[in-house]
Parts: sequence; structure tokens; C-alpha cells
Amino acid sequence: MTFINYASREINCKIVYYGPGLCGKTTNLQWIYEKTNPNAKGKLISLATETDRTLFFDFLPLELGTVRGFKTRFHLYTVPGQVFYDASRKLILKGVDGVIFVADSQVERMDANVEAIENLMVNLKSQGYDLLNIPYVLQLNKRDLPNVATVDEMKKALQRKNPGEPVYEACAARGTGVFETLKGVAKLVLADLTKTQ
Amino acid sequence: MAAPDIVMYEEEFNQIKGIIAKLRVDANSKVVFLVDKNGQQIAAHGDIENLDTTSLASLTAGNVAATDGLARLIGEKEFSILFHEGEKDNIHISIVASRVILVVIFDERSSLGLVRLRVKKASEELNRVFSNIMAKVEKERASTGTTFESPFAEITDEDIDSLFS
Repeated sequence: MTFINYASREINCKIVYYGPGLCGKTTNLQWIYEKTNPNAKGKLISLATETDRTLFFDFLPLELGTVRGFKTRFHLYTVPGQVFYDASRKLILKGVDGVIFVADSQVERMDANVEAIENLMVNLKSQGYDLLNIPYVLQLNKRDLPNVATVDEMKKALQRKNPGEPVYEACAARGTGVFETLKGVAKLVLADLTKTQ
Repeated sequence: MAAPDIVMYEEEFNQIKGIIAKLRVDANSKVVFLVDKNGQQIAAHGDIENLDTTSLASLTAGNVAATDGLARLIGEKEFSILFHEGEKDNIHISIVASRVILVVIFDERSSLGLVRLRVKKASEELNRVFSNIMAKVEKERASTGTTFESPFAEITDEDIDSLFS
């Protein structure tokens, strides 16, 4: 749910990073946090366990500038990837404007990716959204590792839209593809606003 | 999905600001702010210079969402009031009009009883304002066939690219 404040001329959008455990959702946010101009970002909040696994969510507010005289803010959230945190995952999707699915490219994580996408579709539905109709992009993370599935294999297994949703190859730990992915979904979210006419 | 559920207009925004400013004084509190259930800050009043209101808004919404989840697990619709007591400062959180969260931060200069009393009165006023907003949105939808007039109707790729430059 985009929040448009005509009085203060601001628009706030909520973007959620979704994906299986240890796929690099938090790493994406950390990279964005490190590389963003201090004036444009707020604090990165991580509600994590003592072993740095996301417990509830990570949150990073970004202020990118103005579009048509409106101050544009993106609120980036990650969900906890571990299967048993499903109740928390569902809550974070409330009011989402755009979703980035971060897939782990390692061959042995393909089942986990598929399971997480199915879970995303179910949880979106429970909040009244349909994955096929919302701004959504797919990030293939960890492309630098040796044991990765090919891009074509991953697209075949993970793409849900027809024509396929935008796909970005990334290595979040080194920052490759991180901003491209964010820009990709931001574009879709803002473009989505034009359709409300 | 494409249309926003909350559209804030100048008139109602000023009314809301007036109500929370009055609540801050009446409840003898430090800060009062209003957040929507998704964590977007709507308005804030008080000593907010040294306060990270964006994070506060997001965590409050997370807190309320988690508590809502707990409520449903035990068969309650919601817990409409949350209260966190600290050594010096306390936070009183309540849900208004089923959709927005009213947060009051206060210290020993006030009391929980006073805050609850004043929040109740302010909630009624806020309820009225939010009903007006919803009525306005509905009216606009009925007259134009859309929920609101998007200022982004003619947004271009260049506009979006410039955000990331």
C-alpha cells in the first residue's frame, strides 16, 4: 500500500526482500546501507538472533529524491528466511508495494528456492495480493560460487510470470547486481502508480 | 493493489496535526505520533529532533503486527492497547479506527492513567477524521471511477533513472 501524503508531498513505498534462509536478503540491505549517501538513508535495523539470523525483519529507509515534486521514500524490509518463521514472514508482507525474490544459485538450494517461492505466493494471497499482478523481480544471488545452477535452469524453475519477471544476476556480498535489482523493482512500483488513472 | 488505501489531504492532515498536538499537551507527554499499520509515519509532534521517527514507526508497526498475530492465536480480534514501561520513559500504543496506530511517549511528569484518559478522547476525534478521509476517497472514486488522481500518471523512465543517479 503506497502511502501518498499530498499535504507534505511525500510518497512512501514498501519493498520486501523474500527468499529461502541464507540466500542473502540481509546482505543485499547491508550493501545498500554501506553504499548509500548518509543523507539519503536512515538507520539499518536488524531484528536478529545472536547468531545473526533474521528473527523478525531488517528495515532500511531510503530517501531517493523527488519525482514530480513528490519526495520519494522506499522502505526496504527483509523477511526471516528460515521455514519455521512463517508467521512473522506473513506479517511483513502486509502493505507491500514490491517484492524482490532473492534466490540462492547453488544447485543444492534449488529445492529451497522453489519452496520459498511457493510460500511467497501463499503468503501474498493471505494478504490479498497475487504475485502475478504485483511489482516483482527475481534476483539470482551468489553467482560467484562454483556450484551454481545455470541462469536458464533457474529461470525455468523459478519464474512465475508470463512473460517472465525481470531477472538480475547478483553477488550481494560484493555488491554486484544489488542496486540494479532495487532499481528494477522501484521502477515497477512507480510505474504501477501510473496505472491508477 | 495499484491504488493507495490511504490518501492524505491537506485539510485532514491539519486536523490530525491539531489533534495530536493537543493530545501531547493534555497528556503531559514528550512525543505523540501517528503511524499507519504498515509502518509509515503519518504525523508526529513533540521533542522529535533527537528521535529516529522512521525507525520508531517501523518497529511500532512490527510490534503491533506481532501482537495482532498473538491475539488471533488465542481467539482475540486484536489487543487494542500496548504499554511498555521503561526506567524513565514509557510508550503507550493504541489502535485507532482499526487502521492507524497512535503512539504516546511520556515520562514521570505524566501517568499511565492520564495518558489513557486523554488518548481515549483523542481517539474519538481521530476516528472522525479518518472516517471523513475514507468518505472523501469513496466519493472521489464514485465520481471519477478511480480512487484518486495519481500525480505519477505521466512519470517517465528518465524520472525514475534520475532517482538513482
